[in-house]
Amino acid sequence: MNVTRGFTGRPRVTDPGLPPGQYDARDEWPVLSAEVTPGLTPADWSFRIDGLVERPHTWDWERARALPASEYEGDIHCVTGWSKFGVRFGGVALDTFLDVARPAAAATHAVAYSHTGYSTNLPLADLTGGRAWIAWEYGGEPLAPEHGGPARLLVPHLYFWKSAKWIAGITLLDHDEPGFWEGNGYHERGNPWEEQRYSGD
Amino acid sequence: MTETVPAPRVPATRFAVPGRIAVSERAASVWQTATLTGIRRETPHAATFRFAVPDWAGHLPGQHLMLRLTAPDGYVAQRHYSIASAPDDSGHLELTLDHVRDGEVSGWFHTTARPGDTIELRGPLSGFFAWPGDRPALLLGAGSGVVPLMSMVRHHRTRGLGVPLRMLVSARSPGELIYAGELGAETTAVFTRSAPAGVPVGRLAAEHVAPLVAERPPGGWEAYVCGSNGFAEHASRLLVEAGQPVERIRIERFG
Repeated sequence: MNVTRGFTGRPRVTDPGLPPGQYDARDEWPVLSAEVTPGLTPADWSFRIDGLVERPHTWDWERARALPASEYEGDIHCVTGWSKFGVRFGGVALDTFLDVARPAAAATHAVAYSHTGYSTNLPLADLTGGRAWIAWEYGGEPLAPEHGGPARLLVPHLYFWKSAKWIAGITLLDHDEPGFWEGNGYHERGNPWEEQRYSGD
Repeated sequence: MTETVPAPRVPATRFAVPGRIAVSERAASVWQTATLTGIRRETPHAATFRFAVPDWAGHLPGQHLMLRLTAPDGYVAQRHYSIASAPDDSGHLELTLDHVRDGEVSGWFHTTARPGDTIELRGPLSGFFAWPGDRPALLLGAGSGVVPLMSMVRHHRTRGLGVPLRMLVSARSPGELIYAGELGAETTAVFTRSAPAGVPVGRLAAEHVAPLVAERPPGGWEAYVCGSNGFAEHASRLLVEAGQPVERIRIERFG
């Protein structure tokens, strides 16, 4: 341990919800997208699932909104160090979309991509079992453009760069393929509880 | 090769994200000890900290690093900071840090740190907000958002690079303008609260951005925007309105 002379740090909080190396951002919700926030309207928005599925399918805004609603209430964690507790997102569980598209037995991984061209890779297992959503509401209000509105992917148990803003689609693959940040040195899975920030962590 | 898996298809929209810059990633996963060798005041709220990092693998202008401080009880605080110095082979690098109110890490640097202290860092990180020096660069920064851009300006100068480079910086006042004494003809400063005599007070506007975008140097500008989210949204909108292609705008937002 390399103790820094004279450093004490902020008062210790023993919060079991805080992953290692993270701090509580409280009321802040920093925006960290690397690209220009697109002027994407609900009419422009669509969401597609294809690749290793039985029935590739595209939903427009109205059809996606007509699916059974599902909420996430819990915490989110950003690789830059902040965590945010007790946030509430509304949308549809990704399982609902996948039930329509029917993943093939060979599908093991996914690439989620945005209407901006941003992409991120995930094991398929991280997207199923009620752990991922397509979200269009935050705190009961429409999701703001800078936070990914009209709709973003939400995978709250992984670092938040996996929760692609302005989600356009998910392609299922039989192998892992790095996305935007993963190709820029970030970890392929990004589990905050194992502090998988960068490639090799 | 019996199975054909379609490549992920990005829909043809008018939006795009820029491609990556080739960088070395071999050093990013290793924590290194850095020794503070000097502190230089820049403004009332910002100072530059110079470190000796003997095993530093080098970086590209615009890249950042992760830094950590450790308390006696094992508590660790880590933050990302942009690198201010241009790449060189001196075995040193510099960070310019704002004194953030209640900031446990910047607070330590501004009140406790002195030459000889050691901290740990890893990097350089990310190949996105990096400028290899091979293409015209149009830089827009506000507050301490000028830090990674200054690494690019310094690199351009020390290497005598021929590609065009221009910078627009926004500061509250002349006294808050980081690196004021080092800025040259490549830079135009905009002041939002108080300005020197004869210089208007106001926000970065189309009149500053559009003429530069319109210069359209051969190969086109690669635009780099760094600052708060509010500044980044505003500046990137001005760039798009002036005709800068979205896939050639790279944004680094504080947070």
